[in-house]
Amino acid sequence: MSSTTIQAIFDDDDVLLSAVKDLKAANYRIEEIFTPFPVHGLDKAAGLKNTRIAITSFIYGLIGLGFATWMMNFMMVADWPQNIGGKPSFSFAENSPAFIPIMFELTVFFAAHLMVITFYMRSKLWPFKKAENPDVRTTDDHFLLEVSTVNDVKTLENLLKDMGAKEIKTKA
Amino acid sequence: MYSFSKKLKLSAIIFMITGVLGIAYGFYSAPSTIADVQEIMMHQENAHGEAQVSNTNEHIENGEEANKEHNDESEHLTHMLHSLQNRPYSAVFIAMFFFFMIALGTLVFYAIQYASQAGWSIVLFRVMEGITAYLLPGSLFILAFLIISAANGHHYYVWMTPDFYNPQSEHYDEILVGKSWWLNTPFWMIRTFIYLLGWNFYRYFAVKKSLAQDSAKDLTYYKKSMKASIYFLIFFFVTESMMSWDWIMSLTPHWQSSLFGWYVFSSMFVSAITVIAMVTIYLRSRGFLPKVNDSHLHDLAKFMFGFSIFWTYLWFSQFMLIWYANMPEETAYFVPRLLGNYQLLFIGMLLPNFVFPILVLMNSDYKRVPWFIISTGIIILIGHYVDIFVMITPATVGDQWNIGIPEIGSILFFLGLFIYVVFTALTKSPLLVKGNPFLKESEHFRY
Repeated sequence: MSSTTIQAIFDDDDVLLSAVKDLKAANYRIEEIFTPFPVHGLDKAAGLKNTRIAITSFIYGLIGLGFATWMMNFMMVADWPQNIGGKPSFSFAENSPAFIPIMFELTVFFAAHLMVITFYMRSKLWPFKKAENPDVRTTDDHFLLEVSTVNDVKTLENLLKDMGAKEIKTKA
Repeated sequence: MYSFSKKLKLSAIIFMITGVLGIAYGFYSAPSTIADVQEIMMHQENAHGEAQVSNTNEHIENGEEANKEHNDESEHLTHMLHSLQNRPYSAVFIAMFFFFMIALGTLVFYAIQYASQAGWSIVLFRVMEGITAYLLPGSLFILAFLIISAANGHHYYVWMTPDFYNPQSEHYDEILVGKSWWLNTPFWMIRTFIYLLGWNFYRYFAVKKSLAQDSAKDLTYYKKSMKASIYFLIFFFVTESMMSWDWIMSLTPHWQSSLFGWYVFSSMFVSAITVIAMVTIYLRSRGFLPKVNDSHLHDLAKFMFGFSIFWTYLWFSQFMLIWYANMPEETAYFVPRLLGNYQLLFIGMLLPNFVFPILVLMNSDYKRVPWFIISTGIIILIGHYVDIFVMITPATVGDQWNIGIPEIGSILFFLGLFIYVVFTALTKSPLLVKGNPFLKESEHFRY
């Protein structure tokens, strides 16, 4: 017996949140939720795992720090030794105060940009991509909940109605 | 209601007694004549096998004439005598200021909670009020110290030396004469008095209103306290800068840094938040703060993490501009610290104040583990003691510094006094405020 996916539309985030909690408690499988804005506490209620993007951000920061260190050494000391602030020591360590702002900035730059790119890739987003949301109103003021069941579809539909769903349809 | 545990009270009293003995030893063992200094020098030379490093740098930053004869033996010995005599005073002042600034920083944090109408921190208000109870005794100690230092001329604040302002004297100092409209003893004393009075007045007012709000029917006292906290913050951020110039920066009277007030503040603030977190964890572990949950600890640890980075930012900013410009009158401050024999402390304090908190407290989960916060907190506090030490000692004690019995005795005495005063104050009122409009939000606070 194959499973059926039901799409339910809500028009209030609090109603949606309590519906998600109740469905979880009733052991339904929540496939996807489309919301026009981040709903506080929805990730926990839907049982999403904690994001690991913080770890990638730390790693990207270290890459940026390393890159900046290498870059400043290559540019200012190795390739073309330069006199920094009247201190022609041509040594990375002795001129490091001048390099630290750049190392800091590139740490932030790498962490921020690579984190955003990672997020896009992980969310399968790229330029000119066709929108995935099944109903255009989820970008305005409606919330769409996809829940699947292998059992009685009618029971689920009634349950969703009781929970405050405004529209219910079966996903094609 | 919290009751001061016997064990803690006993250890506070033991700290104080040990501390007094250590301080007394420091004053007793300081040399009183040049003959004593010569004996110490003989001893040092035998021990280390090398002569003292030239003390040129100290002369410059102590506001004395840079180009005078240094090989004058008796002058050198007199200078060493003053340095060694300054050491116990310096030790006492550093510890005194360190614990005073913790109470003051806590008061600022408390005022910021009121002024910003923060919702998360209400359950911690009584803890903060308890810690700020040390403000009054701390202020009195500072006031007494500054009056004594002004009165008996023990070479602590060198700019008070009358010779610098006498055109006939060979020590006549034009720079100090130019600054004397601000940096003269009576005005300096009056300013100190104003700062301490203002801060203590706000503390008295805020705690009184907070207690009155407990049994009030409307929000009158809360509103008054909120308004007062805004005026206090304006007053504080102006006077804090001046305080740091007057009490600390004027130890090196030729040198100036416009960032110095903020630098002292960052050290003060991160130490204060650390102490709030530590006292909160202690009280919670004894079951006195049932409403404080992990999210409150998480937020305090976030502040510890953030302000540790803020401190490092200012530490570096102040240094980098002076390093880059490389002007003699500015670099004089960094010569003993970066190149002289304070190098280990000056660079090394980045470890407890920056590297350790950033690595330990970066992970979100660790910010909720009490023993992580406590151990990081102890390291942060040690680091910021060293920070204050490096701000003050090079100007007063110079090359003769050490962290020995006088320093540790002073820390123990003021630590004991701090614990005694703070935990006595915590027993005076219920540990949860009532009637604050954000109380519910704070109780339900979840991150």
